[in-house]
Amino acid sequence: MATTETIPAATPPPAADPVPAPTSARQRRVIQDKPARVDRWFDRVTLASGLFVLVLLVLVGFFLLQRSRRAIGGIGIIDFLTTEGWRTDVSPPEIGVLGLLTGTVIVAMIAIVIAVPLGTVSALFITEYASIQSRKYLTALVDLLAAIPSLIFGLWGFLALSGQLSSLAEWIGTHFGWIPIFEISKDANLTNSMFIAGVVVALMVVPIIASVAREVFAQTPPGEKEAALALGSTRWGMIRSVVLPYGKGGIIGGSMLGLGRALGETIAVSLLLPQVPALVYRILENGGSTVSGFIVLRAGADPFTTSGLMAAGLVLFVVTLVTNSLASVVVARSRSGAGVDL
Amino acid sequence: MTDADSPIASAPVAPAPVAPAPVASAPVASYIPGSATANGANGANGAAEHRAPVTLTGGPPPGAATLRSVDLCAWFGDRLVLEDVNLLMPAGQVTALIGPSGCGKSTFIRMLNRMHELVPSASLAGEVLLDGADIYGAGVRAQEIRMRIGMVFQKPNPFPAMTIRENVLAGLKLARIKCSDKDTLVEQSLARAGLWREVKDRLHSPGGALSGGQQQRLCIARSLAVHPNVLLMDEPCSALDPTSTARIEETIGELRDDVTIVIVTHNMQQAHRVSDLCAFFLAAENQPGRVVEFGPTEKIFTEPDDPRTLQYVQGRFG
Ligand SMILES: Nc1ncnc2c1ncn2[C@@H]1O[C@H](COP(=O)(O)OP(=O)(O)O)[C@@H](O)[C@H]1O
Ligand SMILES: [Mg+2]
Repeated sequence: MATTETIPAATPPPAADPVPAPTSARQRRVIQDKPARVDRWFDRVTLASGLFVLVLLVLVGFFLLQRSRRAIGGIGIIDFLTTEGWRTDVSPPEIGVLGLLTGTVIVAMIAIVIAVPLGTVSALFITEYASIQSRKYLTALVDLLAAIPSLIFGLWGFLALSGQLSSLAEWIGTHFGWIPIFEISKDANLTNSMFIAGVVVALMVVPIIASVAREVFAQTPPGEKEAALALGSTRWGMIRSVVLPYGKGGIIGGSMLGLGRALGETIAVSLLLPQVPALVYRILENGGSTVSGFIVLRAGADPFTTSGLMAAGLVLFVVTLVTNSLASVVVARSRSGAGVDL
Repeated sequence: MTDADSPIASAPVAPAPVAPAPVASAPVASYIPGSATANGANGANGAAEHRAPVTLTGGPPPGAATLRSVDLCAWFGDRLVLEDVNLLMPAGQVTALIGPSGCGKSTFIRMLNRMHELVPSASLAGEVLLDGADIYGAGVRAQEIRMRIGMVFQKPNPFPAMTIRENVLAGLKLARIKCSDKDTLVEQSLARAGLWREVKDRLHSPGGALSGGQQQRLCIARSLAVHPNVLLMDEPCSALDPTSTARIEETIGELRDDVTIVIVTHNMQQAHRVSDLCAFFLAAENQPGRVVEFGPTEKIFTEPDDPRTLQYVQGRFG
C-alpha cells in the first residue's frame, strides 16, 4: 500500500507556498547501482530462462508454419479458415479449420460455464465456511484431486457418466429445446455430444480451478475481510465485496490452466466426440470435433493431410496464445495476480 | 436520522475560509475553530452539532449509546487472557484503554462488537450491554451489533479496489441500509472524519492511493457513514505520522457528541488529550489481563489510586 505521506512543508505554521524552483533547467542524474554478484547471476539466470521460453514459443510457431505451408499454400489461408468440413477424397481437397475450431470453442465454453462456478464455490466453501479441522483435510483432498491426470477423470466421465448425461441431455432438450443450442430432433442420437464432452472436460478442470482459487482466496488480506464484517456485512456480503474481487485473478488463471490441461488431454476428448469436422451448433446431439482430438485421430496420414493437421494446430496455437495473453492481462490487473499498489 | 432538518452539509457555505488548497498537510490551519464549518459541524459554538438531513433506513437507531461490560472474560483456546472486566462507557464520551502490549486491550475491544468470535479458538464469559441489552443475548445478530458498533483498526484497511466514494458507501451496501441522499452522506461522512477538503476533487480515485493517514481517516468516514452508536478504535494512530495523528485526534473531538468512542492507545499524551474516562489494563506474567484502575482521565493521569497506574502513565513501566 502506498504509505508515503505527503511531506509537510518544513517551514513553520504560516505555510506560505514556497515558490517551486524552476525544474526545467535541472540536469537529471542517471541513477546507477552496482549489484552484488548473486543478484547479477540471478538476473542473468532469470533473463536466460525467460528468453528460452520465448525462443521455444517462436520455434514451435515457426515449425508449425513451415510444416503447414503445403496445405495452406494449396488451399489458401482464407479458404482454410472458412471451410468447415475436411474432405481429402475430392479434388481439389476441401479442408479447413472452421468446424474444428468452433467445436473446440464450444466444448471449452461448456466446460468453463460448468467448472468455474463449481470450482469457485468449492474453494469458497473450504476457505470461508468449513471448520478449521475439516479445512485441512478438504484442502489436501482438492490438491490431491488436482494432481490426478485429467485423463483419469475423462475416462471415468466417459465410461460412467455417458448414460446418465444422455438422459440429462434429453431432459434439457425437452424442456429448453426452444433455445436453439439445446434443440434436439426426434430420435436423435444423444451420445457423444459436445455437451457430454464439455461436462467431462469440466470434471477434469474443476479440481484445478478449486485448488488454485482456494490458494488465492486464502491469501485475501484479513484486514479487509474484518473491515467488511465490522461494517455489519453478512459473510456472503464480505465474500462478494472482498474475497471474490481479490481472487478474480486466481479464478481466471486457474480456469486457463485447467482448460489448457484438459483440452491438451487430447485422448479424452478424441474418445468423446465423433470427430467429424463440421459446423455443429446443437450441443446435445451426437456430433462435434475438436482440433486436438482430430489431430490425434488423423495423425500419420498422407503428407497433405498431415500438413493440413499442422495448419489446424497452428490455428489452435495462435488462438491459445491470444486467449492466454488476454487472461494474463486480466490476471496481472487483478490484485491477487500482481501487486497493483498504486 | 430524525435529527434537525438544517441542511448544513449541503448549504452553500463559502467553503473553507482557511487553507484554500486541498493539500494533505494543513494541520495548523485546521485547528482554527471556524474551520470546522467545512467539517459539517458548527465548531464555533460547539453545542450545535447538526446532522444533515440524510435519512438512513434500516440503519442503527439514532444517537450515541452506552456500552457496559459486566464480568467480561476472554479465552483463546484454554488460555484465559482477560478476566472480569467491568467498564461503563457512557454515551457521548470518549473512553481510552491504556496498558502495555499483550494485556488484552485489543481482545477486550473486539469483544465489544463481536469481532472476537471470528477467531476460531476464541471464547468468552460475561456480558456486554449496549443500552442495557446484552449483545451476546439469544437471538441477537452479530451483523446488527457490528452495524451499531463500528470499528477502526490499527492498520488502515480501506477497500483498495473501490473508489473513495465507494469506500464511504461500502457500509450501506454491505449492511443493506438505504440512503436518501448518497452525495450528501459521502460529503458529510468525509467531513466528519476531517478528510473532505483533501479528497473532494478526487472522490472517484481509488481508496488505496491515499496516504496512510488519509486512508485511516477514510476508514473512519466509512464507519461513520452508517451512523453507528458507538465507534471503537484500536490504536488508530499507531501507524501514522504526527500530523495525521493530530487530525484524527481533532476528529475524535468533533465526533464525541454524536457517538460513543472507545479508543485503545499507547500514546499517553493522546489518551490524556482526547478521553473523558480512562481504563488501565495490566497483565502480570502468565496471568490474564485485568483492569487495574478505571476513572476520569484527569484523575488517572494526576492522582491515580494504584501506584502501578502512576508508574505507567509517567512512562516508568511497561
Ligand atoms: N488470535 C489469537 N490467538 C491466540 N492468542 C491470542 C490471539 N490474539 C491475542 N492473543 C493473546 O491474547 C493476549 C492479549 O492480546 P491483545 O488483546 O492483542 O493485547 P493488546 O492489544 O493489549 O496488546 C496476548 O497474550 C496474546 O498473545
Ligand atoms: Mg492490540
